[in-house]
Amino acid sequence: MTIAQETAASTASAATTRRRSRLDAREGRTALFFLLPSLIGVTLFLVVPIVASLVLSFTNWKLLGKPQFLGFANYVRLFTADPQFWTILRNTLFFTAEYLVLNLVISVGLAVWISSLKMGQRWFRVIFFLPTFTPTIAVAIVWMLIFAPDGLFDTMMRALSWTVPGVLTDQTLAMQAVVVVSLWAGVGYNTVLFNAALDMVPASYLEAARIDGATAWDRFWRIRLPLISPTLFFGTVMTAITSLQVFDQIYVMTRGGPGSATATLGYAVYQKGFQAFQMGYASSIAWVMFALIMALTAMQFWLQRKWVHYDN
Amino acid sequence: MTTRSKAAARRALVLDILNHGALALVALLFLFPFFWMVSNAVRSNAEVLAIPVRLLPSVFEWDNFAKAWTEQPFGRFFFNSFVIATSVTAITVVVSCLSGYAFARLRFPGRDLLLMGYLGTLMVPGIMLIIPLYLIINSLGMVNTFQGVILPVAFGTFGSFLLRQFFLSIPNELEEAARVDGASRLRILVSIIVPLSMPAIGLLSLFTFIAQWNNFLWPLIVMTGAENATLPVGLTLFQTQQSTAWNYIMAGATLSMLPGIILAILLQKLIYNSIALNAGLGGR
Repeated sequence: MTIAQETAASTASAATTRRRSRLDAREGRTALFFLLPSLIGVTLFLVVPIVASLVLSFTNWKLLGKPQFLGFANYVRLFTADPQFWTILRNTLFFTAEYLVLNLVISVGLAVWISSLKMGQRWFRVIFFLPTFTPTIAVAIVWMLIFAPDGLFDTMMRALSWTVPGVLTDQTLAMQAVVVVSLWAGVGYNTVLFNAALDMVPASYLEAARIDGATAWDRFWRIRLPLISPTLFFGTVMTAITSLQVFDQIYVMTRGGPGSATATLGYAVYQKGFQAFQMGYASSIAWVMFALIMALTAMQFWLQRKWVHYDN
Repeated sequence: MTTRSKAAARRALVLDILNHGALALVALLFLFPFFWMVSNAVRSNAEVLAIPVRLLPSVFEWDNFAKAWTEQPFGRFFFNSFVIATSVTAITVVVSCLSGYAFARLRFPGRDLLLMGYLGTLMVPGIMLIIPLYLIINSLGMVNTFQGVILPVAFGTFGSFLLRQFFLSIPNELEEAARVDGASRLRILVSIIVPLSMPAIGLLSLFTFIAQWNNFLWPLIVMTGAENATLPVGLTLFQTQQSTAWNYIMAGATLSMLPGIILAILLQKLIYNSIALNAGLGGR
């Protein structure tokens, strides 16, 4: 190759690179134009609030007046001085644990039951799914009427000669009522989710097991459940995250009462933030909730190695 | 032998019918709260509170729905809910189409990192954001306005991710031809990609609309005036009144549930497929 040829070749490739980078720059500008609305919105309504929430949690801001930086004082107060906080934390964990277990048991049961049908599967799925598409507030108001003193529930219980004094005003029963309403409102999504997962289990696996003499019980515990365990895991994590934030039902049915028997972290954020206007203190409660969500999710990811089977 | 297998077949059939019947019974019990709501919506308030409770009203007052719509402000609340849910859906779809396309088809520095950031925000609980969001809305002078409710919830990152995934499944060759002809990226997005992505856009619209229609805490905080209340917020306003008109509240609750129930029934296939996709993704 002569020197002239070499020079010509390198000039040509340099020109390609230049053209290439000019194209890249143009594509980058187009990308910025496409992303701009989303970026502005996400920055203003997501990134800034996340940072602001953390900063606020270290102050005593009360909406009016000048905020003071307090360091960890809010958090110290929560865990050592606030007489309500441990009750609220206990209520939240109690609700989450009970609701999560019952939701999974019922939704898996319904999913298996529906998948055993030869006809009408999709209609049963729709029926149990309906409440998840309706406002929780409306659901809670209907159930409030059911649980009202001398209402439907009271009447039914009296017919069974079991007198309950006002479910929603009873220290222990109020939380149970909240759990019942949450289950009715929320069990449908997981039912459809697990039913869809069961539909994906190859029929040949079950057939082979049947020929080998496995009972229905064995087929459920040894084949179907392990095969849908990744979906069960997904459902568990999502349900846990939402149940730690429970708010709507409690706002309508009990306002955290009686006393603080049904006050949860979500309700406390609202109450401290928008009724007492202690924005700083409420933010610290919100961050405790966020920490709890992350801890619980991490714990579930750690536990999944013991029970989730990935097919690969 | 044949009689035995015939008997076994008959036994299996009976068990099958019993199985269907039992679940139908459970489903009917499950639907009971809906029945109770409507049954109390169409009776007089005195009969709602009457002791002992009656399963059905003595007189069906179907015009309670019309009264709840006009005499009580449920018509107004319905309108507010509709405007807010529709606006959020429209903004979300447009913004997500644009950003989803950038993530799926355009090369730019830091793309994957940004996408990871978008995914990360999905973990953040909504309740954590309401205090700073309220302060932002307050400083923008948007308290008790529609834009104050709409804007902060219209830029969720889920839509960008969902549409990116769908756009990636569309063959590149379709737009190559248009690009050779000199069509701009925006033109390609609007006239090629969007029409092909209607299932995903429909799904995003459906879930965004329902989520906003059912949303409670955020409009509760922003809408301080009763005339601007959404349906869920409006339903709770009557709780504090001296004499609660329970029949109208039940009529209002029915109205608030109607769009979700209709959509869940009409679009059951779309909903099932999208949830099945989640089940499949969880399965990998």
